[in-house]
Amino acid sequence: MFDTDKWQEIYYSLKQNKLRSFLTAFGVFWGIFMLIVMLGSGNGLQNGVTQGFGDFATNSVFIWTQRTTVEYKGFPKGRFFNYNNADITAIQKNIKNIRYLAPRLRAGGFGGGDNVIRGLNSGAFQISGDYPAMNLIDPINIDKGRFINDIDIEQKRKIVIIGTRVQEALFEPDEDPMGEYIRIQGVYFKVAGIFSSKKSGEQGDRENQGIYMPFTTLQKTYNYGDIVGFFAITAYDNVSVSKVEEETIKLLKQRHLIAPEDDQAIGHFNVEKEFKQMKGVFLGIDGLIWLVGIGTLLAGVIGVSNIMLVIVKERTKEIGIQRAIGATPVKIMSQIITESIFITAFAGYIGLVIGTGLIELVSFALIKFEVDSNMFRNPEVDFQVAVTALLILVISGAFAGFIPAKRAVSIKPIDALRSE
Amino acid sequence: MIELKGLHKSYITGNNKLHVLKGLDLIIEQGELVSVMGSSGSGKSTLLNVLGILDSYDNGSYKLNNTLMSNLTEKKAAHFRNNMIGFVFQSFNLISFKNAMENVALPLYYQRVGRKTRNKIAMEYLDKMGIKDWAEHMPNELSGGQKQRVAIARAMISKPKVILADEPTGALDSTTSLEVMDLFREINKSGITMIIVTHERDISEKTNRIIQLKDGIIESDLISKN
Ligand SMILES: Nc1ncnc2c1ncn2[C@@H]1O[C@H](COP(=O)(O)OP(=O)(O)OP(=O)(O)O)[C@@H](O)[C@H]1O
Ligand SMILES: [Mg+2]
Repeated sequence: MFDTDKWQEIYYSLKQNKLRSFLTAFGVFWGIFMLIVMLGSGNGLQNGVTQGFGDFATNSVFIWTQRTTVEYKGFPKGRFFNYNNADITAIQKNIKNIRYLAPRLRAGGFGGGDNVIRGLNSGAFQISGDYPAMNLIDPINIDKGRFINDIDIEQKRKIVIIGTRVQEALFEPDEDPMGEYIRIQGVYFKVAGIFSSKKSGEQGDRENQGIYMPFTTLQKTYNYGDIVGFFAITAYDNVSVSKVEEETIKLLKQRHLIAPEDDQAIGHFNVEKEFKQMKGVFLGIDGLIWLVGIGTLLAGVIGVSNIMLVIVKERTKEIGIQRAIGATPVKIMSQIITESIFITAFAGYIGLVIGTGLIELVSFALIKFEVDSNMFRNPEVDFQVAVTALLILVISGAFAGFIPAKRAVSIKPIDALRSE
Repeated sequence: MIELKGLHKSYITGNNKLHVLKGLDLIIEQGELVSVMGSSGSGKSTLLNVLGILDSYDNGSYKLNNTLMSNLTEKKAAHFRNNMIGFVFQSFNLISFKNAMENVALPLYYQRVGRKTRNKIAMEYLDKMGIKDWAEHMPNELSGGQKQRVAIARAMISKPKVILADEPTGALDSTTSLEVMDLFREINKSGITMIIVTHERDISEKTNRIIQLKDGIIESDLISKN
């Protein structure tokens, strides 16, 4: 039941000194507002950076060749070498716990001359020779058609899957590229699929300017023999890819007569390690945000507690009168604690609403003006976090009121009555 | 109704101990109309505060309605004050943000009586005090006499066994004082015990028993003729 008298008293008590009540409430408002805005921005940062990863299998490793730096078995240092098709079989045979193995070979790319022609249109695009597994390690959206399959590899089919930017460059807007032919290295390839990147920003843009063809087809088209450019490997979910990485490198060193201690000869990039490091950074940022946010909030709540002490002191006599005519200590305390919770929760709620509003506004503006950044994207506040914050507010409001409430009933009624 | 035996009370301020009530023995029966007199500092207010369970005592015993009033929890004390005792103060002690009716209804609020019901009862008591028309007025819009009538109505609303009044006419002019005393006599006739602390002889003369305090002991205790 709504207790009119209780709220009448709270209204009166806060109205007594409007500026003071406002400033007190503002302290709490600011605390929760900052917390929400910082959490939202932190999420925006995290979303921006992780979106750059797309659906990348995070327990993956990439292994490519560099130059040897150690003399070994009669070979001089500074030697170049290449992986080959036999390595594929060897890795598959000897290394356990590999879920996907995708050898890749690349040709053309940025900065090079136009390498892809269709009628009067031409462009310079990155061309990758891939195995079907690549789409499981570093996935893309297949918007139309399909990705490379095993039969393509086996039969060295002349098909390509093109990115959206490639389509834009080579085809008219009303044309359907599916089944059409494009010319690469003087050879005609049939468009079997169109894809778009799952990544955002620059990375996604670059990926969309790519063309995929079967690995074996690329080896043949470019006369690469049995050369493999690099390996992408994904480990099983419950296995650390670092172990697989280590074993594979050891095997490749043996096969290519590289000194076991030569760490420069084989280049490798462990996505899992990188991802973990990034996760750690975000965890740190999150922790810092909560620390600062809770600190600010705490300052606000302590402000409420202080003001409640002052209010209790100012109203000692009134409280004395109430006790003289039968108000129990519980009644008095509940009155003061309710008032404290009211200020905290009310101010906090407004901070929550305005804070979330601001975050939503920024989010809306980012979409509206098509800001596509690797650093910041879709700032958001979890509903759960908002509810938690509100809960924290109510509890801390109760705490803030508790000491003043205790103070109010700790003196004898007669002393309260006598005070002026 | 009220039974004091060897009641002692001292105030301790810093290192000094001031012995104010020095062994009071007193019995007041239900329905009596008593005044307490004595020079300033004789301990009248102190006695009244002990009787009203607003303050504690050191030695002796105080029984109210045959219940020993000692070592009460503040919750119990509040309950006794709410149900058994009504207070009327010299300075009225009305709650400034509540209007006359709400002030009168307040003791019933602590008894968890619904707002509508308690306000209706409050209006009846304001009517009895002859200030029904002022029900919606705030305390600072009332005269001293009107405020004291509101305070008396508030003291009566919970139908207490005893009303304690500490110089209830101290802030009023003599005509108003006599009107208030007439009200008290009226209330007393309904069976409520009245204990009134006063300095004024013409006030105490309106009561049936005059207790004279001097330096913390009862100097005289006279039943008067009326
Ligand atoms: N809270 C207190 N602390 C210390 N001494 C007190 C306190 N209250 C009263 N006294 C002292 O106790 C003595 C009795 O005070 P009390 O108020 O009972 O007197 P009184 O008879 O009501 O006087 P008055 O007629 O002036 O109201 C006085 O000397 C007073 O100074
Ligand atoms: Mg006095």
